[in-house]
Amino acid sequence: MLGEYAAEDGRILAGGQSLVPTMAFRLAKPAHLIDINGIAALEKLNVENGSLSIGACVRHAAFHRPALAGPLGALLTTVVHHIAHYPIRLRGTFCGSLAHADPASEWCLVAATVGADITAISTRGTRTIAAADFFAGIMTTALAEDELLARVNLPVLSRDTRFGFCEFSRRAGDYAIAMTLATLRLEGGAIVDPRVGVGGAEAFPRRIPEAEAALAGRAPNEAVLRAAADAAAHAIDPLEDIQADAAYRRDLVRAMTRRALARACA
Amino acid sequence: MSVAGPTGWVGRSIRRLEDPALIAGRGRFTADLPAAHRVRFVRSQHAAGRIANIATPPGVLVITAADLKDVKPIRPMLHKFDYVPIGQPVLATDRVRFVGEAIAAVVAADEAAAEDAADAVEVEIAPADAVIDAQAALADGAPRVHDEVAGNVIVKGLIETPEFAAARAGADRLVRVALRSGRQNATPLETRGGHAAYDPTSGRVTLTCATQTPHLTRTAIADLLGLPEAQLRVIAPDVGGGFGQKMSLPPEYVLLVWLARKLQSSVAWSEDRRENLIAAFHSRDQHITLEGGFDRDGKLVSLSADVTANIGAYSCFPTTCAVEPLMAMAELPGPYDVRGYRCSARGVLTHTCPMAPYRGVSRPVITCAIERLMDRAAASFGMEPSELRRRNLIDRFPYVSATGLTFDEASYIETMELAVKHIDLAQFRARQKQARNEVRYLGIGFCTFSERTGYGTPAFAARGMEITPGWETVEIVIDPSGFVEARIGSSPHGQGLRTTLAQIIADEIGVEPRLIRVVHGDTDRTPYGFGTFASRSLVIAGGASLLAARKVRVKLAKIAGHLLEASADDIVLEAGVAKVAGTDRALPIESLARAAYHQLHRFRDEIEPGIAESATYDPPGTFANACHVAIVEVDPETGRVTLEKFLAAEDAGRIINPMIVDGQIHGGIAQGIANALLEEIVYDATGNVLTTTLADFLPPTAREIPPIELHHLETMSEATITRAKGVGEGGAIGAPAAVLNAVNDAIAPFGAEINEMPATPRRIRAALRAAEKRP
Ligand SMILES: Cc1cc2nc3c(=O)[nH]c(=O)nc-3n(C[C@H](O)[C@H](O)[C@H](O)COP(=O)(O)OP(=O)(O)OC[C@H]3O[C@@H](n4cnc5c(N)ncnc54)[C@H](O)[C@@H]3O)c2cc1C
Repeated sequence: MLGEYAAEDGRILAGGQSLVPTMAFRLAKPAHLIDINGIAALEKLNVENGSLSIGACVRHAAFHRPALAGPLGALLTTVVHHIAHYPIRLRGTFCGSLAHADPASEWCLVAATVGADITAISTRGTRTIAAADFFAGIMTTALAEDELLARVNLPVLSRDTRFGFCEFSRRAGDYAIAMTLATLRLEGGAIVDPRVGVGGAEAFPRRIPEAEAALAGRAPNEAVLRAAADAAAHAIDPLEDIQADAAYRRDLVRAMTRRALARACA
Repeated sequence: MSVAGPTGWVGRSIRRLEDPALIAGRGRFTADLPAAHRVRFVRSQHAAGRIANIATPPGVLVITAADLKDVKPIRPMLHKFDYVPIGQPVLATDRVRFVGEAIAAVVAADEAAAEDAADAVEVEIAPADAVIDAQAALADGAPRVHDEVAGNVIVKGLIETPEFAAARAGADRLVRVALRSGRQNATPLETRGGHAAYDPTSGRVTLTCATQTPHLTRTAIADLLGLPEAQLRVIAPDVGGGFGQKMSLPPEYVLLVWLARKLQSSVAWSEDRRENLIAAFHSRDQHITLEGGFDRDGKLVSLSADVTANIGAYSCFPTTCAVEPLMAMAELPGPYDVRGYRCSARGVLTHTCPMAPYRGVSRPVITCAIERLMDRAAASFGMEPSELRRRNLIDRFPYVSATGLTFDEASYIETMELAVKHIDLAQFRARQKQARNEVRYLGIGFCTFSERTGYGTPAFAARGMEITPGWETVEIVIDPSGFVEARIGSSPHGQGLRTTLAQIIADEIGVEPRLIRVVHGDTDRTPYGFGTFASRSLVIAGGASLLAARKVRVKLAKIAGHLLEASADDIVLEAGVAKVAGTDRALPIESLARAAYHQLHRFRDEIEPGIAESATYDPPGTFANACHVAIVEVDPETGRVTLEKFLAAEDAGRIINPMIVDGQIHGGIAQGIANALLEEIVYDATGNVLTTTLADFLPPTAREIPPIELHHLETMSEATITRAKGVGEGGAIGAPAAVLNAVNDAIAPFGAEINEMPATPRRIRAALRAAEKRP
């Protein structure tokens, strides 16, 4: 159906928590809506071949409690409570968040940081896009108009992976002005495999290699974490809006990154 | 009224009589009414410019200014302070003056069709230079918003007491503060909206609308359309909050009545949130510079102020836009004793949404300014802020202020002492010190203030207002079945007046409040009155209720005296029964009512038929007071302010219903916190509003509001006959200053200071970055 209607401004309707408000503001006026709610095949949430597979109809609320044992489940549960408000979490979907690609989407940050694989299907076939190649700009992605984002696969994190998440928003439930998700392991007192993802601060969430470089192989002490936080603050190309100018966004990225790292190392 | 009424309803937290229907979803709001036609307004996307052309889609009814030649512009009037009257056309004629100004009205069968049609109307505007900021509007050569207002100053006042110059010259030290308050929107839960229906039989129109002032709305619209008021009925049904935004006349309502007459049908408009945020009245947006002269002991001897109020593009009806600057001038010294006072206040036109009163009116800003001054002075003297205030608060009554206001008896020092005690200031200071060692920054902020309430006619007349809303009338009618109805000109919309007035009346006539129906918000059913705003209704309509109830009481006693063959003086009214004191001879009120209507012959011409009494009350005005305290923690890395606790010790005189008073204060404090930290309407340089949703304009959620602890004192002032003072605005007046002072106390170790509201995290971070000193 999408293949048929995409060319005539047909759009997928998932949880509707972004699309419907946009329509209410008359910013989007799709000619056709294709409702994917109720398609059982898209409701799957399971672990297969070392990754957590999240179908297109899996709601945010599915992560209110850990969806799997271990650090990934805990990470998703920590993060989900920062997304909007309870009623919105009951309807909004994980995959819809990725398709919508708001710069401040928590799930987009998770996908970018842990390295999600995103599966898109269309009448032309199925393809898998790496998170690093998926986001293209503010609310723009590598998805073609006729593609359905069918599922997202998140690699299951090893048992010894530690994570830290920290977000700043004006009110409880508001979109983040800046947030950082960090994952790492500690081996012999040194940081191994650090991943530092920053969201809400740039056009789309991404890992910050400068911050990761400042951590790798070093001891998780205050000075090292601060250096990594400073590196992240410098590395970003900050969005500017009424809530935050560039200087303030850098301040926040510095603070969120240091705190996320401190939590990961605690 | 005796101190404890006969049945003692006053002073009890009875449940609100208005709530069962509202809670069960059986409220009746304007938008619930079906209408034959829906109206959507096409609004200007330019802050300033000339309308070159309006192209309308075929087959759609579109009304423009060209159709409204017989409708007068809204032209509120003030007779003092160099006020320049300006007109606001119901739909923009040749020029537009703010983004959001209504240019055309599109009429369609339903909301969606009206929106589609409105999108299809093409308005061509030749843009002109716009001034958005008041300072810019005052600059030489700034574009004029209205041709007749040179320099964009629409109103100005200057006051200087004879003592000022010498007092300032003799001061030991001068302390200054410059405070800016951003622009806000009152954000009632229910946006504005109206429904106008034409009655072909009578030719009358009934306008049902979300208003705080049904009678004034009728007067205004009848005048603008050239109708006798009798041709119009205005109904305020359940109204979902107003906070002042619904006391000023929206041009949209005028259009609805005009349109209902033209179409001889029913038309309705429901404002959406975006329209509300850009085009319903805004508020605050003031800039105040203050200088206080203090003697060696910290006593304020001189105060000088300069107040600039951005009033937007038009002047609001009925108060006019002068309400903000002039109230600032009259009330800026607040509860402090100072004889040397100088103030200049200006209202400045800009190409922005018009300003109107919002809960607190000017006082949230002037209170914040003087309270910042007090804290800065305290710091300069190395004194606790509460100690400096103690030395300056009024403690003799009645007190006539430097601006000639008479302060009735109140408890300025006592409420502050109470607050200091309950917050445990000494313990807080110890905790604050400890926290700083742990690199955590706590702060405490005090605000002591007076809240002038129950403004009577002379108070408004002093400002030269063409419409001086001072008095209220209440009619109490007992029908033949004994049921009591009180018809009031006030127009409550959430304040619980149906309950509190019933409590006052109940105590006089010995009938339970739940058997007293308070009728309001319908010009066909109620005596003329001004409505509900300015913390006036409980004082003024409450006073009128008491006076009318006393008359009813006298009449009931007289009837009972006749029927029970006793002296009227011996009749006691209680629990729905009139009885002869000390006997078991009694009659239910119902029997008295029956007799008054149906057995008049029994009274030998000594009573008028029926039971209907009316009374009017016009008080001199009274000052409520309070001390607010906020405890905050500031995160210096992010600028986030977390409110740990809020405490208020307040005195509104006699409390009629403690639960309702607490609710008023809680709500006001939440709005004050929003003022201080969250809510701001932001314009860009060309006059576009950037905050058009509730994701950008940020009212607090329950999570942003801390636990609130309240303490009450009850000073029985002689200034009102019920001994009650107004309490509607105090929460919103005091909270901003308490919070801002607390934030500044928290960041003082950094040598940083913030005097701008809202104190957003971004602004706090900027202040911290700018401060050279590090702890
Ligand atoms: C008040 C409020 C606050 C919010 N706060 C946050 C927040 O803090 N953080 C956050 O991340 N989000 C927030 N959201 C957004 C919410 O999380 C949305 O649920 C989410 O962004 C989109 O998911 P959805 O399923 O509702 O998508 P929809 O609204 O149904 O769709 C969004 C867009 O994605 C497309 N789409 C959806 N699913 C697919 C698919 N499977 N394949 C292809 N295209 C698809 C749609 O066509 C549409 O263009 C908030 C929303 C609201 C209303």
